[in-house]
Amino acid sequence: MDLLDVSLINWSRAQFALTAMYHWLFVPLTLGLGIIQAIMETIYVKTGKEEWKKAAKFWMTVFGINFAIGVATGIILEFQFGTNWSNYSWFVGDIFGAPLAIEGILAFFMEATFISIMFFGWNKVSKGWHLAATWLTIAGATISALWILVANAWMQNPLGMQFNPATVRNEMIDFWSLLSSPVAINKFFHAVTSGWVLGAIFVAGVSAWYLLKKREVDFAKRSIKVASVFGLVATLLVAYTGDGSAYHVAQKQPMKLAVMEGLYKGQQGTPLILMGIVNPAKEKYNDNVEPVLVPLRIPKMLSFLGYRDFNAFVPGIQDIIDGGYTTINDTTKALSFEQKKMMGQTAINALKQYKEAEKANDTTALATHKAVIDANYKYFGYGYLDKPEDSIPNVPLIFYSFHLMVVLGFFFIALFLVILFYDYKKILEKQKWLLWVALFTIPLGYLAGELGWIVAEVGRQPWAIQDVLPVQAAISSIQTSSVQITFFLFLVLFTALLIAEVRIMLKQIKKGPAEY
Amino acid sequence: MITYSFLQHYWWFLISLLAGILSFLLFVQGGQSMIFSLGKTEDQRRLLVNVLGKKWEYTFTTLVTFGGAFFASFPLFYSTSFGGAYWVWMLILFCFTIQAVSYEYQNKPGRFFSTNTYRSFLFINGLLGTFLLGAAIATFFTGSEFTVNKQNITEFGGQLSPVISQWDNPLHGLEALFDVRNWLFGLAVFFLARTLAVLFFKNRLNNNEIESRLHKVLAVNAVPFLVFFLAFVIWTLFADGFAVKPGTNEVFMEPMKYLNNLLQMPLLLICFLVGVVLVLFGIIKSFLKDSWRKGIWYAGAGTIITVTTLFLVAGYNGTAYYPSTSDLQSSLTIFNSSSSFFTLKVMSLVSLLIPFIAVYIFFAWRALESTHTSIEEINEKDSHAY
Repeated sequence: MDLLDVSLINWSRAQFALTAMYHWLFVPLTLGLGIIQAIMETIYVKTGKEEWKKAAKFWMTVFGINFAIGVATGIILEFQFGTNWSNYSWFVGDIFGAPLAIEGILAFFMEATFISIMFFGWNKVSKGWHLAATWLTIAGATISALWILVANAWMQNPLGMQFNPATVRNEMIDFWSLLSSPVAINKFFHAVTSGWVLGAIFVAGVSAWYLLKKREVDFAKRSIKVASVFGLVATLLVAYTGDGSAYHVAQKQPMKLAVMEGLYKGQQGTPLILMGIVNPAKEKYNDNVEPVLVPLRIPKMLSFLGYRDFNAFVPGIQDIIDGGYTTINDTTKALSFEQKKMMGQTAINALKQYKEAEKANDTTALATHKAVIDANYKYFGYGYLDKPEDSIPNVPLIFYSFHLMVVLGFFFIALFLVILFYDYKKILEKQKWLLWVALFTIPLGYLAGELGWIVAEVGRQPWAIQDVLPVQAAISSIQTSSVQITFFLFLVLFTALLIAEVRIMLKQIKKGPAEY
Repeated sequence: MITYSFLQHYWWFLISLLAGILSFLLFVQGGQSMIFSLGKTEDQRRLLVNVLGKKWEYTFTTLVTFGGAFFASFPLFYSTSFGGAYWVWMLILFCFTIQAVSYEYQNKPGRFFSTNTYRSFLFINGLLGTFLLGAAIATFFTGSEFTVNKQNITEFGGQLSPVISQWDNPLHGLEALFDVRNWLFGLAVFFLARTLAVLFFKNRLNNNEIESRLHKVLAVNAVPFLVFFLAFVIWTLFADGFAVKPGTNEVFMEPMKYLNNLLQMPLLLICFLVGVVLVLFGIIKSFLKDSWRKGIWYAGAGTIITVTTLFLVAGYNGTAYYPSTSDLQSSLTIFNSSSSFFTLKVMSLVSLLIPFIAVYIFFAWRALESTHTSIEEINEKDSHAY
């Protein structure tokens, strides 16, 4: 058996993060722009006005440029579960693989089939047929998001499964609970509507540029109106589902919530920190150094957001490690890190003995060890952790990512409201400052999406599967140098393709919709 | 009665069918490897790119679905092969990643790389993607060096790696290239993809100059395909195979195992022969009769049937489909590597939608291909032409 190489874990994580972050640059625009172009084509089919067809075709071209690179990064993501997370693939593949396969069967074929009609079918199929293909393309993309987010939600909140010591893996026992999990449903709507927001920001920003340049004014006004109405609805939905996310995180991943807020010691009626500076002097989770400097607080708000009760107790990082607290939803005393670690090690040792008993064909011992595994399995993953600090995600990264994301979310709502106000007054094109703001909001839209995923994914470290499988037990047995080479290979490739994508988009935008 | 064993066989059949469909759709890759040689002028190359460009996503999607379905139904294969033969799979992924943008970007203003660079990406995908996929699949018959020990996961807190599947060769998959039989199948897949591409071009193109070259190109690719394919098949049928002893599940080497499988499963033998005959019919009639354009459908159907059958031969009738040459008992079978009964049942229900998907693909394909594609059409009528 090979030796465990800690740098392998970090490089494997880095490679996955690299691919996921690049992938998420392209997917949300596909989701958002897809809806906007479909709305425009629907208006064209309803009214017969060629201007709407032109607008739809222009945004479809941009969609196609973006879609291609999303596909390129997506394939690497799927196969990396096997190439870099081989133990993970076996340990939970019985559950995790199903949504990926269903995604392929139900969503990818739908996308691949109808996108060709959408791009090449303008002169070959009827208007109605084409419109259906456009909507089915975006439906395919959205269904694809559903399945991958169901899978992701399950990693954060594993349910509908049981551990089978004979096969040494978790096995699905309730598919419906995976699909209908409130965490999954909320995650789906939050991620998809955030994609809609980016699509709206993108269209509004590009349209603002045309208005600033006094080019394609009619097209730009049409586009910015559709984008702003759609964007406002989407941002409100994102805010609503974001609240749902915080609520679910409080229940299922209290450590993540504590890290998001830089909360070390919990209290009843915990305030929400709107903004602050993470104190670099805080070195230990249990020292008495103030964790956040110059915090701007809303009294009791975190308790309300996390537990729907202004006076609820919200555990902090130190509480979660020390254990012994209760919450309004769970009146049993929380276990400490050491207790969980003990249970995890007991379960792992019992599994070892179970496998020995299996070889000896000792049925009595098998039953005994299985009972021990079952009793301690909830914290199986803690058995691989060494010290309490191993269970704490990176506080400054998560804290700032979370707060910046929230600030940006409220800024987007305000932006769409102001655009719609001036559009209603029919003086939008005269508000140059607003048009510049809309243009420079495009990168902020991308930033907000990336920050959201940093909170979701880095915030759940060290877990590949919450409480059950940490990343160090999920990896493949390969040389670190191999992962380093592929990391840089993909870094160079994705960066080059990104540069190509941005340049092509800019050229298309400069050309404008006239030729369509 | 739906038993666990039935579902394991059913899912191996679906995996095999997906592999068959993927092999057929590799005509896109085959065509990409001929863009520079078959197209002599820029217009001709653009024409080839555009007829292939309407189909590349089918191949790509089938590959992704093949991976996803393998993960869901036989996760131990996914973890052992992908995590072990790291370099082969990474190279394959790399080839397909550079393909995904190359159609859309190659003629757009501001494309960063030149048009020919993107076409070179397509060429690399066509050359290496097909060959490496073939070589990787050949290891289903020739074996790989790995061990599976599920007890490894109980290693914690110490220095030992808790990884269940360990690859025993430091080349992590590239060692497959030292086996002649893997080369034979890799080359067979490469030339098959090119042969199918010629038949596809024959079916789709409206261009006298390119069509006049197809006759010769068909022969140049079909002959090596047949040589490499027959060499691989004959060698494999008469070689020792990885058999599983009923009852004990012990893996052992059985002389002429794959030939025995065909003989003991006559339906598969018939399918295999029908598949081969269809491929030969599609190729030979296309070669003999220039005006006949339907060869792609015969050879395509034959490819699907033949490859599906080869996969079934590798997994059915007490055979280890992913054998280990380092430790025979670590070899993967459809029984020891599959998902649970419940998961296979859920997935099987979803698989009932596959015919529905096939129907809409059929109608969409037909809607776009009512006429043959010419240079005039892509230059004048197609606003999204590459």
